[in-house]
Amino acid sequence: MLALFYIFIGVAIGVSFWQITRVMDLRTVIADDNDNDKQGKYFLVFTVFFYAMMVYCLIAMNVLMLPESASIEGEHDDNLFDITFWLIGIVQFIMQFLIFFFTYKYRGRKDKKAKFFADSHVLEIIWTTIPAGVLALLIGYGIWQWNNVMTLSGDDDAIVIEVYSQQFRWDARYAGEDNTLGLGNVNYIDINSLNTMGVDMSDKNSQDDKQVTELYLPKGRKIHFKFRSQDVLHSAYMPHFRAQMNCVPGMVTEFGFTPKYTTEEMRLNPEVMAKTNNINKIRKAKGEDFYEFDYLLLCNKICGASHYNMQMKITVVDEDEYNKWISERPTLAEVIKQ
Amino acid sequence: MSDHHHKETFVTKYIFSQDHKMISKQFLVTGMFMGVIAVLMSMLFRMQIAWPETSFTIVEAFLGSHQTDGIMDPDIYLALVTIHGTIMVFFVLTAGLSGTFSNLLIPLQIGARDMASGFLNMVSYWLFFLSSIVMVTSLFVEAGPAAAGWTIYPPLSALPQAIPGSGAGMTLWLVSMSIFIASSLIGALNYIVTVLNLRTKGMKMTRLPLTMWAFFITAIIGVVSFPVLLSAALLLVFDRSFGTSFFLSDIFISGEVLHYQGGSPVLFEHLFWFLGHPEVYIVLLPALGITSEVISTNSRKPIFGYRAMILSIIAIAFLSTIVWGHHMFISGMNPFLGSVFTFTTLLIAIPSAVKAFNYLTTLWRGNLQLNPAMLFSIGLVSTFVTGGLTGLVLGDSALDINIHDTYFVVAHFHLVMGVSAIFGMYAGVYHWFPKMYGRMMNKTLGYWHFWITIVCAYGVFWPMHFIGLAGLPRRYYTNTNFPMFDDLLQINVVITLFALVGGIAQIIFFANFFISMYRGPKATQNPWKSNTLEWTTPVEHIHGNWPGQIPEVHRWAYDYSKRVDADDDDSDFLHGQDFVSQNTPLLEGEQQS
Repeated sequence: MLALFYIFIGVAIGVSFWQITRVMDLRTVIADDNDNDKQGKYFLVFTVFFYAMMVYCLIAMNVLMLPESASIEGEHDDNLFDITFWLIGIVQFIMQFLIFFFTYKYRGRKDKKAKFFADSHVLEIIWTTIPAGVLALLIGYGIWQWNNVMTLSGDDDAIVIEVYSQQFRWDARYAGEDNTLGLGNVNYIDINSLNTMGVDMSDKNSQDDKQVTELYLPKGRKIHFKFRSQDVLHSAYMPHFRAQMNCVPGMVTEFGFTPKYTTEEMRLNPEVMAKTNNINKIRKAKGEDFYEFDYLLLCNKICGASHYNMQMKITVVDEDEYNKWISERPTLAEVIKQ
Repeated sequence: MSDHHHKETFVTKYIFSQDHKMISKQFLVTGMFMGVIAVLMSMLFRMQIAWPETSFTIVEAFLGSHQTDGIMDPDIYLALVTIHGTIMVFFVLTAGLSGTFSNLLIPLQIGARDMASGFLNMVSYWLFFLSSIVMVTSLFVEAGPAAAGWTIYPPLSALPQAIPGSGAGMTLWLVSMSIFIASSLIGALNYIVTVLNLRTKGMKMTRLPLTMWAFFITAIIGVVSFPVLLSAALLLVFDRSFGTSFFLSDIFISGEVLHYQGGSPVLFEHLFWFLGHPEVYIVLLPALGITSEVISTNSRKPIFGYRAMILSIIAIAFLSTIVWGHHMFISGMNPFLGSVFTFTTLLIAIPSAVKAFNYLTTLWRGNLQLNPAMLFSIGLVSTFVTGGLTGLVLGDSALDINIHDTYFVVAHFHLVMGVSAIFGMYAGVYHWFPKMYGRMMNKTLGYWHFWITIVCAYGVFWPMHFIGLAGLPRRYYTNTNFPMFDDLLQINVVITLFALVGGIAQIIFFANFFISMYRGPKATQNPWKSNTLEWTTPVEHIHGNWPGQIPEVHRWAYDYSKRVDADDDDSDFLHGQDFVSQNTPLLEGEQQS
């Protein structure tokens, strides 16, 4: 079978070279009226292909998209995205049509004359000011939302969680009763005493911190993430929450959001169900096990060989369940041998 | 002019030539060679994304010790995307595009005998050649070539413990890029000096063809921003080899704490993108310049809004140096900077929109001669619009949070700078091939080349937006570890098929190029009936470009289809034909455009 395939490729290459040399014998080099006519019409055919592809992707791939934002802060992101997408979609559909249609409409003929049209201040002013006006809207809304998301001060009751990255795994540290993280630095790392995140155990704030390998978040409470990395750059990407921040060795970075739906609620979201069903159809055909929706944190900054498999599960639960879960975790003082 | 006619040996004519026309051909062929390597790499890693667990003989043949039973290793996957990006951005689209056409066209279109310094021009090419050799050599070091992404962010690029490619491969990458930057700077200075000082009589700045404006401004951006990348590369060399801590701090790796204290990778990101973003325009502006010329000539119309075009080139160039932070919204820099960079970034949309509308208006009521060069230019306008529009999503910091480093970004920049610039380069080659080799390229093959390429380009990059919006991160060796991406695999297969067909179809171009070089029909002096000065030189190259006096310029480059009565479209052409070379004196009572 494989041999046949290679023979086929060999023949195909042979034929194409033969064809190319034949075409090269046609010593026509400059487009004449006939070429202009044909190529102009091909542009119309291409327009049909192009629009069919654009529309097909827009409709058929809708089911693949991320579901609605699972964080309260992300709602405006979705909103801004929709506005921007409609806007650029409309411009795209009009502009592409004009480009290809003009090419067809004004394809050259010997007996035709082009119009001498070199300048128009009115037109230039129109298409400078209209984009400027539209952009003012996008910039305004965008910057407002950016500040909205990135302003973390003022939320005193936010739950502080440290997300800690290394090649190629994630860990997390909850701030405990005092909601204050103990200091951390790579110099405190001691694998033998299980101090894998480099926490300064002489800091009194460290004692009640709780180290975990999976994130549990309470619905409706603001989470204040602090990110650290112990080796190279990583990026904590939580696409369902419209959240992402780089983890940078030598500094602490921050991001915050408020979970809006528990994992269970999200699994019943129609968009999520459609996507999950689709995935499970594919998995079943391949004989793979059943997939259930979960929030994920993935690494999204190239970090080495296993970059493609650096993930942590996030579970959003009701506050009661969260309190129960967190109270069952051991504190660092209990875990780390001093 | 006796010094222009001294005896040439084979070595001084073809190898250490100081003639700008020969140097431009050297740039082009070297760039094409590097392009083949980069495209082959992209085909290999696209196969890995589409069929991650399938064994391929071709992978075994190409990757040697970096594969197991025909399946590539994760490290070499990262190396392939790294080197693909590096070669494409710098070696093909900077040196191959700007190097080729700036060299060929600057002296010819401004009316000069040669570059200001032929010797430096030669040095520029040979440094580029040397850097290409070093880059290609780095592919063969034992631990593999650089693999930290083309952006080579430390600490990954600084620590061989973090990834094998950060050993000798990274060292060679840095050496190669340093030489490359030297080449690029020498070239750019030469272009600037030549444009400013060697214009022929009557060639005012406001009469320069838009190609010249584009190359001139490109050279200025290069001079402003490339040295910053050089400084970043040198500081990285210091961190890697001499124990300094410019970019590194608080690192624990392979079971030990390293000594680095007080540096910051974010500093590197700033330095890198201070070049990295202007680089986009270093790549794109020459392509747009070529397009302006090709579209105007083949529409038989003046380019619409010549002054607006110049202003938008200048505006883009200025803005391009103050928007680098939009690559770093979520790098951990102060969020206030995010607001500033969102503002400056989205402003670039204005001059870009002006350019797109002006191209469209140039097509309107033209008499379009659909030569292969023209098709590629129209294709460029199309991909430039498609790719540019998604920039409004990425440039908005709030939206960038969730699509940063996903395939949406990959689709965006490939369309707006990758495909567009490549289309500009092809347009340039088809259009100026007669000027370079004195022969014509075959148009039928040119048509085949264009149609297959544009269908494949959109087939690859349009669906790619959607897998990005589904949250798929770039630079993943395989997506099989995430069931949530299982529904994207089929799309990836389709993308890969388009990529393979599109890549292989470039053979048509190469065949056309090399066969035409020797067997193509002889060119006439002005095959496209163009106004610019390069078409007043003889077909056979001579040192010094014009046999007698350098022609004097009397008008701008865009007097196509000029009428006797400016208000009457049916009146006769003013000069009896639909084009008027720049060296034609004004008729009595003729209005200057």
